Amino acid sequence: MAATQNTDREPTKAAIVRESDHIVAEMAARIFADFADPQTINRAKDGAWRGPLWHALSEAGLPLAWVPEQLGGSGASLLEGFAVLGAAGRFAVAVPLAETLLAGWLLARAGLASPDGAMTVAPARPVSHITLGRDGTLSGRALGVPYASDAPHIAVIAEDATGITVALVLAKDCGIDKGQTPAGDASNMVVFDRVKPLRHARAPAGLDSAALMLMGSVIRSVQTAGALEAILSLSVAYANERIAFERPIGKFQAVQQNLARLAGEVAAALAVSGSAADAIGQESAFDEAVFLEAASAKIRCAEAATEAAGIAHQVFGAIGFTDEHVLHRYTLRLLAWRDEFGNESYWAAELGRRVAQQGADEFWPLVASR
Amino acid sequence: MSSSLQFDQVRLPPECESLRRDVRAFLAEEIANGTFDPHRPGHGDSHDRAFSKRIGARGWIGMTWPKKYGGRERSFLERYVVTEEFRVANAPVRLHFVADRQSGPILLKYAPEHIKTDILPRICRGELCFVIGMSEPGSGSDLFAAKTKATKVDKGWRINGSKIWTSNAHVADYMLGLFRTSPATKDDRRHGLTQFLVDMKTAGITVNPIYQMTGQHDFNEVVFSDVFVPDDHVMGEVDSAWKQATSELAYERSGPERFLETFYVMLELIRALGAEPDIRSAEGLGRLVAQLHALRRMSVSVAGMLQAGKEPMVEAALVKDLGTIWEQKLPHRVRELTAFLAPEIGNRATLEEQLTFATTLAPKLTIQGGTTEILRGIIARGLGLR
Repeated sequence: MAATQNTDREPTKAAIVRESDHIVAEMAARIFADFADPQTINRAKDGAWRGPLWHALSEAGLPLAWVPEQLGGSGASLLEGFAVLGAAGRFAVAVPLAETLLAGWLLARAGLASPDGAMTVAPARPVSHITLGRDGTLSGRALGVPYASDAPHIAVIAEDATGITVALVLAKDCGIDKGQTPAGDASNMVVFDRVKPLRHARAPAGLDSAALMLMGSVIRSVQTAGALEAILSLSVAYANERIAFERPIGKFQAVQQNLARLAGEVAAALAVSGSAADAIGQESAFDEAVFLEAASAKIRCAEAATEAAGIAHQVFGAIGFTDEHVLHRYTLRLLAWRDEFGNESYWAAELGRRVAQQGADEFWPLVASR
Repeated sequence: MSSSLQFDQVRLPPECESLRRDVRAFLAEEIANGTFDPHRPGHGDSHDRAFSKRIGARGWIGMTWPKKYGGRERSFLERYVVTEEFRVANAPVRLHFVADRQSGPILLKYAPEHIKTDILPRICRGELCFVIGMSEPGSGSDLFAAKTKATKVDKGWRINGSKIWTSNAHVADYMLGLFRTSPATKDDRRHGLTQFLVDMKTAGITVNPIYQMTGQHDFNEVVFSDVFVPDDHVMGEVDSAWKQATSELAYERSGPERFLETFYVMLELIRALGAEPDIRSAEGLGRLVAQLHALRRMSVSVAGMLQAGKEPMVEAALVKDLGTIWEQKLPHRVRELTAFLAPEIGNRATLEEQLTFATTLAPKLTIQGGTTEILRGIIARGLGLR
């Protein structure tokens, strides 16, 4: 994992996204355009598009991008992976790509190889905990695990009295309900009733379920920013072509003001999610700085999602509320992502507590250090 | 024009952090010496000439400008650090801030050499205060409606009319003002305005104070009665001032002063909440922290992109739009989040005094330097809607 140990940080060069990030992300975007065009998928009568999309992504080594080659992955950097997820957000990609990236990352951090095929992670909410029993089995229940009913494997972070363990389990060994997000993507309660892992290992120092929530939060933030970029350009394009009262609606100041507000939310999400991804890509530990960056990204991106989804629907009017229009593929995922890996209220309370604990005199130095 | 927005990941380089330590040490010493009280914004003399001179002596005014004009040729990211540390400390910088941020860069670009060598080093030494002369009674946000006239005379121009809402005019040494040199044309209403450098000591200038609702005196009306301005005080092209608003505007819109104006109430909120806030206060504080961090990362990003020679005009306007609304709402959020605190909290008097001041000041934050509505028009144009 070159990126997590990246200490040779050149101050000015670090400011610029590396070219290679773009190359991997551009490859991903081409695959999304060919196999996951939102308009085409929205018209599809079934989920037959999923197979070819997953196959193309796997051929390109993207689901296991964060797994080093010796553990069966393609060994891309964290920043490259985040760039892929930004592109996935721009296409509202609805296969467990982000979840497999995260699971592969989690397993690799503990030195565990990843299996082929899709994975997800548990827990996926800060309230859920899974414990490792003395007999080496896992117990507990994890709420809202994305794509648990679609993915053959689940990477798990579990606790016991002596520490933290990372494990890989077969999804079919767990109890999985039929839950869905508002966007219709699987989001399941996963019950672990003395589930025997396929393999497991002690987590390295600093990796615990809080770190997993932070990593998941940055992933969702990056996807959110991508989806927000897409709804901004869809909304601007629509406002320029839709005629009402004898002119494009984008010529009305009221509509322009709304679109400017939408752009502001998109800008904030892009900046704060990009900053958090950069922070995780550059730092080697989940320290105070990464906590500020990751929690802030999830909070601000979720707030942006709420505001922006509302504005975009307002711009589109009735057509945007139809099943046949592509807008809901973005807006409903934006709203669902708010709740995964800790919602904005959860992270805000955590962040507020930390800031209060450190006291007023430490606050500006913390903000200014980023 | 497109709807795609760009925020490069910019981190402040190490030289910024040693500079930050120097600035903090300087400010701590000034506070210890009683120059200003960081907990009482709006008190004391906000135009402190002696303090500005000490800042100038440290090389922190005009610090990005060429050395031959008194600058230090440091980066815009270094200037960013100085600006944010002074702002957070509530240090009185009004005397030199406009010259440092806006007027100096315009002189650098458009003034003749002898004026540059005369004025810029004095700005850098903290000796000069500038005022912006744009709004008039009857033309505020709509700059191109300006009527105050500059008429060509032998060796110069004669100005008649008035400018209004001119902050600093009562202490300023120079104005950079926009005056009508020709009528607007039918096909271009922006035509006909020229930017001039005006020595505020020139005969015929009267400055009338306008008191604000905070009780402070910052605004003025400046009346011009046959004021003579020599030819070499024309900045840039006659009749074409509108062409000259370039990247300076991005600096003006995206700096840390566009979201830190009421920051002190956030620090006082943290003091009031103590180490173990209830969940409502913790959540409220956490959201403010996240929003502030996001704004600062946007703002640093724009500064870095400008330093790299890019022109992120829409991004800069977005920083000001979001930032000023955030700093405007901040005192109201702090009020809500402290609503259930025990009456005997230690800093109640300071908190209440600050909230009163910030609440009274807040309405102006989304008006000065381009209103929210104007900014959103600029953003809409950048998105390709106009």
